[in-house]
Amino acid sequence: MSFLVNIIAALIGDAASDRVVPSAGTSARLTVFASAAMAFLAVFALALSLAAGRVAARWSEDLARNSTIRIAAPMAEIEAEVATVLTVLAQTPGVVSAREVSMEEQRALLEPWFGAGMPIEFLPLPRIIDVTESPEGYDVEGLRLRLSAEAPNAILDDHETWRSALIAAAGRLRVMGYVALALIFGATVAMVTLAAQAALSANVQVIRVLRLVGARDAYIAGAFVRRFALRSLIGGGIGTFSGGVAILLFPDQASAESFVVGLGFVGAEWLWLLIIPLLIAFVAFQATKAAAFRVLRGMP
Amino acid sequence: MQQITASGIYARRLPELGFCVIELQDVSYGYGHGSDLILSQMSLRLAKGSFHFLTGPSGAGKTTFLKLCYGELCPNAGHVRLMGQDSATMARDDLALARQRIGVVHQDCQFLDHLDVAQNIALPLYVSGREITEAERRNLTQLVNWVDLRHRATALPPELSGGERQRAALARAIIRDPDVILADEPTGNVDWDMAMRQLRLLVELNRLGKAVLVATHDLAFIRAAKKQVAARVLRIVGGKLQLAGADL
Repeated sequence: MSFLVNIIAALIGDAASDRVVPSAGTSARLTVFASAAMAFLAVFALALSLAAGRVAARWSEDLARNSTIRIAAPMAEIEAEVATVLTVLAQTPGVVSAREVSMEEQRALLEPWFGAGMPIEFLPLPRIIDVTESPEGYDVEGLRLRLSAEAPNAILDDHETWRSALIAAAGRLRVMGYVALALIFGATVAMVTLAAQAALSANVQVIRVLRLVGARDAYIAGAFVRRFALRSLIGGGIGTFSGGVAILLFPDQASAESFVVGLGFVGAEWLWLLIIPLLIAFVAFQATKAAAFRVLRGMP
Repeated sequence: MQQITASGIYARRLPELGFCVIELQDVSYGYGHGSDLILSQMSLRLAKGSFHFLTGPSGAGKTTFLKLCYGELCPNAGHVRLMGQDSATMARDDLALARQRIGVVHQDCQFLDHLDVAQNIALPLYVSGREITEAERRNLTQLVNWVDLRHRATALPPELSGGERQRAALARAIIRDPDVILADEPTGNVDWDMAMRQLRLLVELNRLGKAVLVATHDLAFIRAAKKQVAARVLRIVGGKLQLAGADL
């Protein structure tokens, strides 16, 4: 709590302290711009991370409760095997429903690859049964054994293999988003440090005079820290607002079902946008403070 | 002459007259490693109420000596004690606090060019990090008037003449009622009348109990001062500190 109070006090500062250090000029203005750019990028990195998290959760949930049985039997036996499989599934605990995927649905699934109007009736396509599980699921191995005995051409696919790969991919995407966020804040530290060092170097004579008349390091550093932290806060606010507006202008998620249009914030996730400018200002505060004390330690 | 009174910002009085505020003990100093020493084996005690002149030819090391006295330089050998603390081992904040008790008139004045004259004079008050009191404001006005800069109070330092800069520097050095006043060639850019006014101010401050050390090569100024105050005159010769002869 006292840490926060110290930061707020340092940001508010006093007018006299601000007056004795001349305006930091270009470096301070560049800090506003750099902070705005970093905040804008941070909004997108955060949106990416959150969207990846949502996608991973959705894929995991949807696929975990669905499985399919593919029956590729000779034409003479296929109807009987489909009926057998449906009967077996009806008797299997943990299976909520099972239905055969219709020819029309199969056509829709193949349309992206074969184009519209493809006479798939003449293709030796397997029959597919869509199985919906209860939250507790069913005994996969038990079902597999029973199917091999009663419908040898039926192959159970519980999506485990590619579900794991998809979830892993989404998880990595989320980590990438967080890494991007960390890099953005790291770059902010570097830029603010450079700008602060430039301002400090330009004011070495001022700092020397202040030291000679009895100013303490914290007083001198405070004037620079306050200036850069406030400018970063302003820049961060502008960048975050712009990033938020850009995210809002993305196509509505309900209108299309792809990952890209899912990039955005949902509900309370928007509150993260309040934190970004504060984090940028905090990072600038610490970076300037470190740079200022490093310069001051080298002075008598 | 108007009375310049203590501001009372830090209401700390030295315990007794004669308390040593700055002490140099066997101090040697040379710029850079392995270079010849400019100052060698110097010892001096600046006690409260003392008045010293430091003289010597140009380049003798007068300014270096003063820098050692306010901790801008640390000696290569020996000890410099500011308010009883060794300047080489003092914490930076303690050094800053010690400097608040030392008023320095630099040869080149060293102003902040973006602040006006009054603000530059008030700089030691600003850096205290607190609001300036009404009494301090009155003192500031009084001081600006005394150094005859009332009409220049809002001017920026580059607009001042050499003499005006020197007067402003003296005003800044004493605005915070320091215990010691160190002046480096304070009469370098002023006419004789202004030099005498500055001398009267220094003498008056000395009578208020402040230690004064003035580095100057102006022997006429020293002789005039000795008529008003019991001052010791030190001379730097060949890197050594000597008591000046009877001619001074």
